[in-house]
Amino acid sequence: MMRLTLTVNGTEYSRDVEPRLLLIHFLRDDLGLTGSHWGCDTSNCGACVVWLDETPVKSCTVLAVMAAGRRVRTVEGLASGGELDPVQHAFAKCHGLQCGFCTPGMILTARWLLDHNPSPTEAEVREAISGQICRCTGYENIVRAVLWAAQNAGGA
Amino acid sequence: MAQQAEEDATVQVPAHVEYDKAISVEHALTLLARYGPGARILAGGHSLIPMMKLRLAQPEVLIDINGLTDLCYINLTGDQLRIGTLTRHAQLLASPLVVEHFAILHDAERVIADPIVRNWGTVGGSLCQADPSEDLSAAFAAMKGTMVIRGPRGTREVSAREFHTGPYETVVAPAELLTEIRLPVRPGGGSGYQKVARRAGDWPVGAAGAAVWLAGDVIADAGIGLAAVGAMHFVAAEAEEYLRGRAATEESLLRAGEIAASSCHPVSDQRGPADYKRHLASELTTRVLRIALARARGQDRRERA
Repeated sequence: MMRLTLTVNGTEYSRDVEPRLLLIHFLRDDLGLTGSHWGCDTSNCGACVVWLDETPVKSCTVLAVMAAGRRVRTVEGLASGGELDPVQHAFAKCHGLQCGFCTPGMILTARWLLDHNPSPTEAEVREAISGQICRCTGYENIVRAVLWAAQNAGGA
Repeated sequence: MAQQAEEDATVQVPAHVEYDKAISVEHALTLLARYGPGARILAGGHSLIPMMKLRLAQPEVLIDINGLTDLCYINLTGDQLRIGTLTRHAQLLASPLVVEHFAILHDAERVIADPIVRNWGTVGGSLCQADPSEDLSAAFAAMKGTMVIRGPRGTREVSAREFHTGPYETVVAPAELLTEIRLPVRPGGGSGYQKVARRAGDWPVGAAGAAVWLAGDVIADAGIGLAAVGAMHFVAAEAEEYLRGRAATEESLLRAGEIAASSCHPVSDQRGPADYKRHLASELTTRVLRIALARARGQDRRERA
């Protein structure tokens, strides 16, 4: 076991973990943050996407200890002051979630995309989420939601 | 125990492993020496961690080098592009220097894994994983790059074409660390890369990269890299030899493709039959040679794979 200290959604946590523990399991099982979903476990589906410092990563392929001293952002950290993030609002508005399983990863990737490219084209949205799988095959509405967020919230 | 066994059957997690964090290249080398051959360098981990889950890799100790930001760079030094091995794929893709001098790397990075994996996966990690289908290995071989390896007895340089000793095997010894890739910037050059994959983000069924250096309308030199089709050291050496000193005509490019296909040894697997992969080796070689030639002539012609 080793001591792991990191910041998740602005809160510092310190836990004893095994080095082999994956970040997704640390978030869900140790911290109880079950918003991030554990999907394919092979870095294909992207349901487990969280931000590590400033970039989205697939947390089933990152060891928790690799996040030591870093900042993690999960879907639980998106809403602010009781207000949903515009991307979350857009997913609700445009039916961007069906079963909801891929949603946390899709939303975190979309947030990153809009932070870097406030007015993406449809092709850019599709490219951004190309490493993520919606098992309902609801990509159409996911893409619409991201574009809606860009147009209606200035991407912010 | 029964519950534990049930869990083990459904959960993919790495086996028990020790972990240490390197704070400098020297420290990484010290740790490698201390822990011996049972240690593995952990960079992005996007190849190693999946292999550990499947028990295809079972290191005793992981030496995490993600803190070595001094291995994260892309710069032009004299007539060489130098790439630190902890550079993330996304950084290579976004580099204006790469677009300007090595379009082949930009082309390749656009189709390596997916945008999220590229955020954390590293250039050095991909090379050292040495998967026979790995795109950058083919691209660096085509560009005739040099690998810089540091070890307990100092620094050595190895040609990208001698870096891989077989599937998942490289010349990097257990006590050594790949720290830099150097690519020569030569006048009159152009390059490109194309891959055919079954779906976005997948490993290639077949892929080819090419570089040409022109002297007037003659191909002064050429580099051809192939991935996933069983090309020795990722290189189509006979096709390169054929092109050297030859007029840059469509006929030459078609013939070079045929030679590249005949010199590789693809195997049938779930991604496709060997004869299809051989066809891809020929067709993709010719296509990337056309692109490289157009770029060398200052015409940025792009084709769909």
